[in-house]
Amino acid sequence: MAQHGIDPTAPLTGEPTKKTKRKLAKELRTQLISFTFMIFLTTIAFISIASDAIPTGFAIPFILLLACIQVVLQLYVFMHLNERGNGWQNAMIWTGVLIAIPTVASLMLLLGIVKF
Amino acid sequence: MADQHVQTLPPNLEKATLEGKNKYLGFWLFLGGETILFASLFGTYLGLRGSLNGGPGPSDLFHLPLVFIMTMILLTSSLTSVFAIISMKKGNYKGLLTWMTVTVLLGAAFLGFEIYEFVEYVEHDLGFTTSAFGSAFYTLVGTHGAHVAFGIAWITTLIIRYRKSGLTLTNAPKFYVAVLYWHFIDVVWVFIFSVVYLMGIGG
Repeated sequence: MAQHGIDPTAPLTGEPTKKTKRKLAKELRTQLISFTFMIFLTTIAFISIASDAIPTGFAIPFILLLACIQVVLQLYVFMHLNERGNGWQNAMIWTGVLIAIPTVASLMLLLGIVKF
Repeated sequence: MADQHVQTLPPNLEKATLEGKNKYLGFWLFLGGETILFASLFGTYLGLRGSLNGGPGPSDLFHLPLVFIMTMILLTSSLTSVFAIISMKKGNYKGLLTWMTVTVLLGAAFLGFEIYEFVEYVEHDLGFTTSAFGSAFYTLVGTHGAHVAFGIAWITTLIIRYRKSGLTLTNAPKFYVAVLYWHFIDVVWVFIFSVVYLMGIGG
């Protein structure tokens, strides 16, 4: 890339700027917190099914909700969708989700209930 | 490159070149498509999971402790790949390779458990053709397992290919995109353990 004066195949040397370092430290903290939270959510989901204390009618929607929270955390914190300049990336994955929902619903209906 | 010793790393290595930017964008398009692939497999599984044809059903087969261990392994491997990217952005190439290797090892452990699990189910008389549930289950979880296997192969290739090159603007997007793929595998697994295993045991 001429505008950086760097040959893309040359090994990069040097350090990130102070600003980037601060940003990375903050990012790491957020990611560690959300990792802990994800472990927590997963454990809760397993416990709510493993123990008989929680009725099934409540446990199923509950674990699906936990799954959705965990996935949003993965996408936005681990996969950096929350960063600026990721508008198209967001559009693509959410378009996928938008098509995925009727796909799941119609297959469940056609195969599971109508059994055509 | 006389001024290289004063050079600072660009803040977003993976997007510093046009090629990197395009890779990053194109990869999200691919992930959108993958979402729909898995949605069709999930929909099929949910439609067919009650059709046992006299074979064993979810509650006869699944064991929560094994699935819990697998989930934790995959979740941890997601975190180690996050560490890899943080190392990369700090310019620590050795750290990047080390964390990537840890990620691959955790992925291999996950895959080992999954193979063990499938062998176990086949011994309990659930073959691919036993019932509609069997076919749907093996297709859904097997496709995920195939993604894990592909991810392992991909990252291993990158590690071997670039073991000596140092961090460059060419390989930074490649590592970054491979890590995105790895996170996506974890995203799919979250739904698999919830929809297939937990719902299979819970009702």
